[in-house]
Amino acid sequence: MSDLTRTVTVDRDRLVAYAAASGDQNPIHQDADVARRVGLPDVIAHGMWTMGAALEVVTDYVGGDPARVLSCQTRFTGMVVVPEGETVEVLVTGVVKKVDEAAGTETLELSATCAGEKVLGRCQAVVRRPGTQA
Amino acid sequence: MPVNPDYAGRAYPPAGPFEVTREQLAAFADAVGAGSPAHRDPEAARAMGHPDVVAPPTFAVRLAQACEAQLVEDPGAGIDFSRVVHGQEGFVHHRPITAGDRLTGTLHVDTMREAGGHGMVATRVELVDADGAAVTTVTSTIVVRGEG
Repeated sequence: MSDLTRTVTVDRDRLVAYAAASGDQNPIHQDADVARRVGLPDVIAHGMWTMGAALEVVTDYVGGDPARVLSCQTRFTGMVVVPEGETVEVLVTGVVKKVDEAAGTETLELSATCAGEKVLGRCQAVVRRPGTQA
Repeated sequence: MPVNPDYAGRAYPPAGPFEVTREQLAAFADAVGAGSPAHRDPEAARAMGHPDVVAPPTFAVRLAQACEAQLVEDPGAGIDFSRVVHGQEGFVHHRPITAGDRLTGTLHVDTMREAGGHGMVATRVELVDADGAAVTTVTSTIVVRGEG
């Protein structure tokens, strides 16, 4: 059984890399002045960065074959604030919520917290069960 | 400025095609810390039965957001992007996205209304391949925070 717990880290450089890779160049994820002007405490991570980073525990769980991740979804319930020069930790944990033997699938429920605040809510992924034929 | 409820139910013409490249998939995998060799190494991907390297589970957001721009940047929609907060996101993969895919995306506006002083906008992007076969459905909800 793979471990569904992991700490992922993010800093400003990673957000710049994610912005380029995802095409989401919203300045609130890179520029503290812009972020503060719209009422945020500082630069915040893209919610989609957090979701993507959290999903990595799921890809790992199914043996590294991304095609076994059939669906995934989340709500964004909190912000990951990323101050200049700091590396911020996000704790990801997961549990197997449901096993569907007939369909050969499992539903995993993930939780992600940063500085004690829940940042992803109702985060679930349906996977083709490890060890079964795709 | 409130969002324009008349946009609910609207569908946009297909956007793209978007060429999916090995470089895009590796860069996305690096940025989210996705470690599987299937994202980077064509041989490893083929050993898993795929024609080429495979996208991480949330990569399709890159293509979906390019489609969603048609709505967000439409002045008639009334979406003030500086007040947008991301509410939800979901992906249903009908088949994996791999390098070499040429995908187009059709944007549907499923919900567009004011609620409690905020704008609620739910969209769906249906990504299809060059043969028109379904690849990924991406759903997204954004909240446009009201003034004050």
